[in-house]
Amino acid sequence: MTQPNSIEEQLDRQAPAVFIMPAVLIVLFFSIFPLIVSLFVALSRLKFVKGGIQAKFIGTLNFKKLLFGSQQYHFLGKFDQLTLFGYCLIGIFLMIVIFWLYKYLRSGHSSIAGTIGRLVVATGMFFLTLLTIINLTTPKGLPGTLVVTLIYVILGVIIQYIIGLGLAMLCVQNIKGRNFFRMVFFIPMMITPVGIAYLFRMLTDMTKGPFAPIIMWLGMEESSWAVIPWGARIAVMIGDAWQWIPFMFIVLLAGLESLSTEQKEAAVMDGAGKWQIFRDITWPTLLPVSVTIILIRLIEAFKIIDLPNVMTNGGPGIATESLSLHSYFNWRTMDLSGSAAVGYLLMVVAVFICLSFVNIVKNRVEIAQR
Amino acid sequence: MFKLKNKMILGIVLAVGALLFTMPSVFAKKYDGVTVNILTMEAPQIKGPMVKRAPDFKKLTGATINVIGVPFSDIYPKMESDFATGTNSIDGAVFAPQWMVDFIEPGYFEDLTSKVKSDSAIEWDDIGYFFRSFSSTYGGKIYTIPVDGDFHMIYYRTDLLDAAGISAPTTWEEYTYIASRFHGQDMNGDGTPDYGSCISKKRNAQAYWMIHSIVGGFIQTKGTGQGVFFDTKTMKPLVNNEAFSRALDIYKETTKYAPPDEINLDVGDTRGLWTAGRCALTLDWGDIGTLAIGKNSKVKGKTGAAILPGSRKVLDRSSGKLVSCDLARCPYAINGINHAPFAAFGGWSGAVNTASDKKVKDAAYDFFSFMAQAKQSNVDVTIGITGMNPYRVSQFESLSNWTNAGFSKASAENYLGAIKASLNSPNMILDLRVPNNQRYQQVVLDTEVHRFVSGEISKQEAMQRIEDGWEEVTEELGRKEQLNAYRNTLGY
Repeated sequence: MTQPNSIEEQLDRQAPAVFIMPAVLIVLFFSIFPLIVSLFVALSRLKFVKGGIQAKFIGTLNFKKLLFGSQQYHFLGKFDQLTLFGYCLIGIFLMIVIFWLYKYLRSGHSSIAGTIGRLVVATGMFFLTLLTIINLTTPKGLPGTLVVTLIYVILGVIIQYIIGLGLAMLCVQNIKGRNFFRMVFFIPMMITPVGIAYLFRMLTDMTKGPFAPIIMWLGMEESSWAVIPWGARIAVMIGDAWQWIPFMFIVLLAGLESLSTEQKEAAVMDGAGKWQIFRDITWPTLLPVSVTIILIRLIEAFKIIDLPNVMTNGGPGIATESLSLHSYFNWRTMDLSGSAAVGYLLMVVAVFICLSFVNIVKNRVEIAQR
Repeated sequence: MFKLKNKMILGIVLAVGALLFTMPSVFAKKYDGVTVNILTMEAPQIKGPMVKRAPDFKKLTGATINVIGVPFSDIYPKMESDFATGTNSIDGAVFAPQWMVDFIEPGYFEDLTSKVKSDSAIEWDDIGYFFRSFSSTYGGKIYTIPVDGDFHMIYYRTDLLDAAGISAPTTWEEYTYIASRFHGQDMNGDGTPDYGSCISKKRNAQAYWMIHSIVGGFIQTKGTGQGVFFDTKTMKPLVNNEAFSRALDIYKETTKYAPPDEINLDVGDTRGLWTAGRCALTLDWGDIGTLAIGKNSKVKGKTGAAILPGSRKVLDRSSGKLVSCDLARCPYAINGINHAPFAAFGGWSGAVNTASDKKVKDAAYDFFSFMAQAKQSNVDVTIGITGMNPYRVSQFESLSNWTNAGFSKASAENYLGAIKASLNSPNMILDLRVPNNQRYQQVVLDTEVHRFVSGEISKQEAMQRIEDGWEEVTEELGRKEQLNAYRNTLGY
């Protein structure tokens, strides 16, 4: 008599998997199939012939070209001897990493897998930091598309988060016109990135733009943001920030509004200051949502293409060219395999950074939630 | 009697019936219901006049012309991917004829030879020889119909130079001197300082031809067949020598007398600056001449055109050094100055997709022929915004078209004279037309020259990188094949 029940129970147990399987398979098909095809493309040389495309297997040649060959300057940038300042930065970074690993090993819940994972993260981060320092602080160093992308991603997302949080904290106050400000701050996110790129291109035009008279009045008509690498990068980052701060703002605002007022009132009664309230009540509550939106933005920021393409075409030189734009330029000149190779490396870096970010902040979120 | 009357009525009814039956075919047009999709650049230029003339063509033939615009740098990949994947959403394309080899070899383009031969309305012989040959013909067959003629020239402000008692620059040293002399002066009376020179230098745009307009006079001395891009015996790039080094110096020096964001300006931007009266000199295609007579132009009657400046020193190809011009080295020199006008781009030309339906192909050809016919073309080439420059012999011979459009007789003669001098030069530079030429120019050359001019890399690095990049492409595509193709385009 127990047999039918057991079958029913088994069916019940399997039902969720059975129901969800078709969707999972479809998603896997659409994500894995393109990955396999683009890997094949990255390992081949493609030629257009009548009636189709001819593929010739060339192994890892495209990757070698990007990492060690003729396209190394484009992907990894230009190297030079580290300066004293560079050595100091590397030293600081190493100290932080060693401290982080030491803290983990002394935490009492370390494992072999966890240690290996952290060592992988530390090694990857070390190479990316070393590359960034060599590219940016040495006399002859120049960033390639990898470091330019990292600048957009890391610096851009930090700026967007800080401003978004600031605006959210302002709008959570009981001020006049609060709803109006919320709507205004949210508008940029609804505009297409290409539209924003053209908007900022017009705004930053030194000869005909709306700020041209001010620039002339300041006597700066002989200079242009477009010819200075950092000027051009900052202009691109301002455009990107203008579009994405609303995303940070709206999610953080929701997080702030969900905070319990009793807790804050109790803290005030106990004599806590504003900073203490923020550090001990607001910040731990916001941490999970902050991690989520930063992760979403990190993934999204790696794909930046519209703004540098429209505003600077990747220039001056390759100073504003992101990895996505690098891949797109290769594709546009029909170097499909080169484009796929850049795309693959972009995916590897993006996955590594995002997973590392999750690993680094995971414990903190768990502690905050306790 | 009755029977006869009946027969007459029957006859009339039948006649009327037959007339009614045949009427639609009498009034039917050749291409009723046919739609032709034509790809070209998204801009007021080139696409604009085609869109404007499409309704006239429809009235004549019944064919609907659908012009699809994409950014300039997307034209090549869009064509390639459309044809190669068999999508064939494009029935025709108006594009840079220097790319035609990449589309003819795999068989994507329709051979138009017989159509041209049987088409009296196009007056093929009236189209300039250069455009009929370089822009249209490959392997003895006609594949494209030119709708534009392109040469790089320099333009100067006649009012400024006349007032200063200076004649138009004939060397690049004179060009930079004039640019430096007028830079910072108010040239249009708006109270703000203007620029000595405006040259489009934007990456991934249409600026990559500029450097060869400068270097040409230093490298090519013995006529068109000598070529300016590669050694005709070894296919070694002619980019790492004293001539190219000097050209890069000049190119960079012009940015000192230019708008501050010149390296981010496309040709549309520099043309706008010219017509606003903000530049003393510029390097461009023929468009400036016709834009200068436009309604809002501040330089109407103040724009002079001249053949590209040249050089008194030229490249000794064996040593890679610059040496002085003499009769043996520079047989085509004028007053000791070697000029090498550059037929950059070659002029927008239309080709037909061989995979389209026969009727669509016929309509596509007829539309290109319609655009190229003197009745339309003679008007279009006089309007600056069309982006079309003269390419018919009659357009150079008759001044009335130009004076009717707003040119003074003297300025029309000056403008056409500069184009004619370039077109007739035995030392004219042909644009690169080897397979995958856009990889040499649009990728390697464009990137490295832009990196140099923006200060990212040194001159020596730029030359080395262009040389290495071109060699890599040549090795990949096959040196022998590329050399043969290069020699063929130069007439070997």
